Amino acid sequence: MFGKDFPQLNDDLLRAIKQTVDQSFLNFTRSYGDTIEWIFSPLAFLLNASERMFTNAPWPVVIAACVLVAWLATRKLSVCLFVASTLVLIGLFDMWENTMKTLSMILVSTLIAIVAGLPIGVLMARSDRVQRAINPLLDVMQTMPSFVYLIPVVMLLGIGRVPGLIAVVIYAVPPMIRLTNLGIRTVDADILEASDAFGASHSQKLWTVQLPLAMPSIMAGVNQTVMMALAMVVIASMIGVQGLGQPVLRAINSQYFTLGIFNGLAIVGIAMAIDRITQGYGARLQKHIGAQNGSR
Amino acid sequence: MAPDNLCSIAVTSLYKIYGPDPDKSIDLLRDGVTKEEILKRTNNVVALNDVNIRIPSGSIQVIMGLSGSGKSTLVRHFNRLIDPTEGSLIVNGVDVMSLSPAELQRFRSYQTAMVFQRFALLPHRTVLDNVIYGLSLRRPHVRDAVDRGMTWLKRVGLEGYEKRYPSQLSGGMQQRVGLARALAMDAPLLLMDEAFSALDPIIRVDMQNILLKLQKDLRKTIVFITHDLDEALRLGDQIAIVKSGEIVQQGTAEQILTKPATDYVKSFVGEVNRGRYLRVEAGMVPWVGGTTRPGLTVPLGTTLEAALKTMAEHETASVCVLDERESPAGTLHLKAAIALTVR
Ligand SMILES: Nc1ncnc2c1ncn2[C@@H]1O[C@H](COP(=O)(O)OP(=O)(O)OP(=O)(O)O)[C@@H](O)[C@H]1O
Ligand SMILES: [Mg+2]
Repeated sequence: MFGKDFPQLNDDLLRAIKQTVDQSFLNFTRSYGDTIEWIFSPLAFLLNASERMFTNAPWPVVIAACVLVAWLATRKLSVCLFVASTLVLIGLFDMWENTMKTLSMILVSTLIAIVAGLPIGVLMARSDRVQRAINPLLDVMQTMPSFVYLIPVVMLLGIGRVPGLIAVVIYAVPPMIRLTNLGIRTVDADILEASDAFGASHSQKLWTVQLPLAMPSIMAGVNQTVMMALAMVVIASMIGVQGLGQPVLRAINSQYFTLGIFNGLAIVGIAMAIDRITQGYGARLQKHIGAQNGSR
Repeated sequence: MAPDNLCSIAVTSLYKIYGPDPDKSIDLLRDGVTKEEILKRTNNVVALNDVNIRIPSGSIQVIMGLSGSGKSTLVRHFNRLIDPTEGSLIVNGVDVMSLSPAELQRFRSYQTAMVFQRFALLPHRTVLDNVIYGLSLRRPHVRDAVDRGMTWLKRVGLEGYEKRYPSQLSGGMQQRVGLARALAMDAPLLLMDEAFSALDPIIRVDMQNILLKLQKDLRKTIVFITHDLDEALRLGDQIAIVKSGEIVQQGTAEQILTKPATDYVKSFVGEVNRGRYLRVEAGMVPWVGGTTRPGLTVPLGTTLEAALKTMAEHETASVCVLDERESPAGTLHLKAAIALTVR
């Protein structure tokens, strides 16, 4: 029948393509693997330090610190209560250690995503050309199944926390970049013009007008970045990231239903807590910026 | 007209064309092609067409025109928020087109200040931090910025509001913050683009009075944009009327009212209460009474409206006008006053 078999490239050619690409990438990692590992060694240091901080701190200190952060960010008692009770439940159900490891991972990957994403977002907002160049890249990063880019990361850096961190950051950084760009681009043109009229330089405009007014949008980016990083926890555990993902993985392999559900719920609890903290902070930022003409 | 170096602003042969190919459109304009034709042929908008204006120091120059006539475009050339397509611009003795980006920032910071139609306050900063915004951008740092900010807040009547946020203030109060922010710069040139247009009529008159009162001490060069003839006549020492990118008449309120240059200006002027803006000087005849003591008197500068009211109250057909030294300068007859007022 016409159109039944697609006229595909012949098998030998396809095999040759795959082999050459794989082989050359393998050669690349063999000759440069050590250098690349060396480049990323500061990340390993950062991860270790952060994880030591979380796991060595006495649990009351950790809970107090988390509640303090929640209070400073949201000024809402309900959020503080939610944070405290989530952590207490996690501790009671024997998931404290893993939760601390996951929190450490989330903290570091979010920090890196902010440090990397913010300047890229600013550059994109400055120039349409940069925006056109970066947007498709972000699309790929967000839609490519995360398993696929685990492969080259693992080939380059092996199994462990650093490759896991890189995979998480690649997956989680696009919303940070996009929302920074969007936030800066939607800053009121009148206010920018006023800043110009009063003699602001480029950097003064960025620091006094663009970043502060884009802050609610940037905070939404941070929120999404954290959520996506949490979503990667289970996948990243397949390449050796410790934390709440590993018991879930074990539960899948051995069909331990309760083990899976407990750890899954812990991830959900952390996600909800962080979501409320970041959203609450975003709302407080919005108070004066958003309601231009309303009462407060 | 004063020589250029005494003017605060001297604009010569200024053209501004928005669109893909401005230079070609200038040639077309010079060849006598109309703006409408140019828009059709090249998709370019002629916003300013051969504008020439000299603005003297220390007075209020009003630029008046309908929506889309190019007022905002013109005033944004004075601090080069907009670059001209062609023409020369001297502001406070500086050729603004020759400035480098850094020099331009300095020029804007020290020579000009601006008040905006939609206030353009920074919503994330308190009222005081808004007022000192321009000062905070200056390098080296202005040490007494906060004191200066507080002084200006007081002068615009916003004492006690310094810790509020703009969103907590009414429109009129927000624009007073905008005015204080501009005045705190202590710059010789103040640009006001429809600064009071977004305000309610009563608040608007309040703001006009605040501005006139401040200007008595300040004697700055103020360029005030408006589409409202009443506002123009109230505020303007000089008034320029723009129509689709061209200045059709420049002059004092009296000149605009009594000698409208074109039918366009005439149609504008027809709507206005002339007695409120014309002064007795416009209608009086020289004093012929010798040294005899005049009866009913009014001082120079009195509006025709007020003079008419005085005459009506005393049921006389003329009134004597006194100069600053209280000696008679002229006589205003009822007939002349009515003829000028009612047209
Ligand atoms: N950036 C721009 N691009 C293209 N055309 C523009 C641009 N800015 C202004 N124009 C056009 O130039 C003309 C003059 O505009 P301008 O804003 O100076 O008028 P205006 O007198 O200030 O009007 P309004 O009272 O509405 O503020 C208008 O026809 C406008 O459509
Ligand atoms: Mg305008």
